[in-house]
Amino acid sequence: MLYREAGQFKTSYDADMAIFPIAQDRWGMIAIVVIAVVIIPLFTSDYIMGSLMIPFLIWGLSAIGLNILTGYAGQLSLGHGGFMAVGGFAAYNLAVRVPEIPILGTFIIAGLIAAAVGVVFGLPSLRIKGFYLAVTTLAAQFFIEWVFANFPWFTGGTMSMTLDTPSMVVFGYAIESTRDHYLLTLGIVLVLTLAAKNMVRSQLGRAWMAIRDMDVAAEVIGIRPLRTKLTAFAVSSFYAGVAGALYAFAFLKSLDITAYDLFRSFLVLFMIIIGGLGSILGSFLGAAFIILLPIFINVVAHNFSDQIKPDFITNAELMIFGGLIIFFLIVEPFGLARLWMTAKEKLRLWPFPH
Amino acid sequence: MLFALEVAISGLLSGIMYSLVALGFVLIFKASGVFNFAQGAMVLCAALTFVRLLELGVPFWIAAGITLIVMMVLAVVIERIVLRPLVNQPLIILFMATIGLNFFLEGLAQGVWDAQVHGLQLGIDDLPWEPLANSTGMLISIFDLSAALICGVLVASLGVFFHKGRIGRALRAVADDHQAAMAVGIPLQHIWAIVWAAAGIVALVAGALWGQRLGVQFSISLVALKALPVLILGGLNSISGVIVGGLLIGAGEKLAEVYLGPIIGGGIENWFAYLLAMVFLLFKPYGLFGEEIIERV
Repeated sequence: MLYREAGQFKTSYDADMAIFPIAQDRWGMIAIVVIAVVIIPLFTSDYIMGSLMIPFLIWGLSAIGLNILTGYAGQLSLGHGGFMAVGGFAAYNLAVRVPEIPILGTFIIAGLIAAAVGVVFGLPSLRIKGFYLAVTTLAAQFFIEWVFANFPWFTGGTMSMTLDTPSMVVFGYAIESTRDHYLLTLGIVLVLTLAAKNMVRSQLGRAWMAIRDMDVAAEVIGIRPLRTKLTAFAVSSFYAGVAGALYAFAFLKSLDITAYDLFRSFLVLFMIIIGGLGSILGSFLGAAFIILLPIFINVVAHNFSDQIKPDFITNAELMIFGGLIIFFLIVEPFGLARLWMTAKEKLRLWPFPH
Repeated sequence: MLFALEVAISGLLSGIMYSLVALGFVLIFKASGVFNFAQGAMVLCAALTFVRLLELGVPFWIAAGITLIVMMVLAVVIERIVLRPLVNQPLIILFMATIGLNFFLEGLAQGVWDAQVHGLQLGIDDLPWEPLANSTGMLISIFDLSAALICGVLVASLGVFFHKGRIGRALRAVADDHQAAMAVGIPLQHIWAIVWAAAGIVALVAGALWGQRLGVQFSISLVALKALPVLILGGLNSISGVIVGGLLIGAGEKLAEVYLGPIIGGGIENWFAYLLAMVFLLFKPYGLFGEEIIERV
């Protein structure tokens, strides 16, 4: 009743191809953006913005990157954390060595460098497929970690493991408070999300999906596998690179190679599986789930912390995390995005049965 | 030259140690098409249970027996709770479920026992083999040789197990085609439980041998990451492939560490094996002995 397309006629091709063809979706989207841009910065604490929203947005962005590669183009990758590291280190080195470039430009160049590295490690995907490819992408993860840990040039010649990121200035405005960091992150994430949503609806996105569904068949109907797979790697790594740069600059405010380890690659993979493969919305839902779950477990555990030992909590956290993921995969293997689709179908008829 | 030979041989033998872990992956992949990421956690589980039982004063063979039973029960439980509800789901979902299982088992093993480092003595010394050392001057550890022998026996017996008898035939049928196997009346669930139990036994052997080498602790589950290149180099579904893969990776890694390491900086063992495997895969995309999938439109 409230949510249906009845009565909304599309009178032009443009209206038919709009991102949100239904008015309710448009209003919902506007509401979400208004909440994110106006209400959260005005009415919530630094804790919510700094410790919940910023990591949620950054991991959501990273998850979009992996979703483009794995969910849309079908190339399973376990090296996403490595590409994020490339973005983080590239942005740091650019900001320190070439301070003339504005910080937004730095992020874009860092993303492009990550994209170039992603293309190099994506080359084997032309011959290697499936789980064989997944294991070879681990090479990217370990190799990139090793390079940044072993060559002091990347860390500015110092041997210290953790570096503070330089302060950021956007169009003459110094980014200092948590709110500034939140708004900067939000702006970048909004623009890139819109770009991703439009990319996957375009000819490029359809080519990715054709490759995912069956690459030999896609080749037969005239989609070039080389170009399509490598653009998927490039775009995915660009998103990973920007997310990695934001992770260092806006969230940790320091640069440390251990922040981009293999565990992070798995986390991003969990996000897109739990959120929904091949869905932009799912990337954010998955990121919210994975970011909030450990915080929730932690809060609950600390309520009982005087009764149980701390090392028991660590192990219990691992068990609950693993157990919930298995539970979730069994209950809804296609992710939260599918849940939302089902809800929408139900809403079209509600409250009448037919 | 003798030094290079010594390095190569010790590399070959340490490669066999990786093969032991990779073997667990192959067994499960072969029978169910599942890439079981939890193999490392299973190794940790088996090794921790075994070493803690030994420390409680349980005799060696009884402790091994109890651990075996624990691993078999674990296999049945995993099959019941994790795998059965996920039958017919895409393989990536099963893969993710095993990563979740990996976290769960790591927490379980360290929660039930503890997270300390435990020394483990199997009664095999990690010393150079004297006759060889005296005659040629090469220092090859007895422990490495025994591990290679054990691995060889294990691979041979699993090969026989897979080829002879009722269960072996059923296993191969399931590996070939799940649905066809079910259609002729092979109980898929039993077969999966058997295979996971076999992987548990392999995990115990690997855990015991690695446990003596590294000490039983959390990092033992990371050995699985070293076994992955061995696995893809040999081919995901080839039992004999893990031996060849292990030999190639082991020797390549040790030689690179000794001759290449000083030139480009230390610590290359984390990624060199992956690079080596990747180069091989560029020529043989399904590993050296893996089953090639013929794609048709």
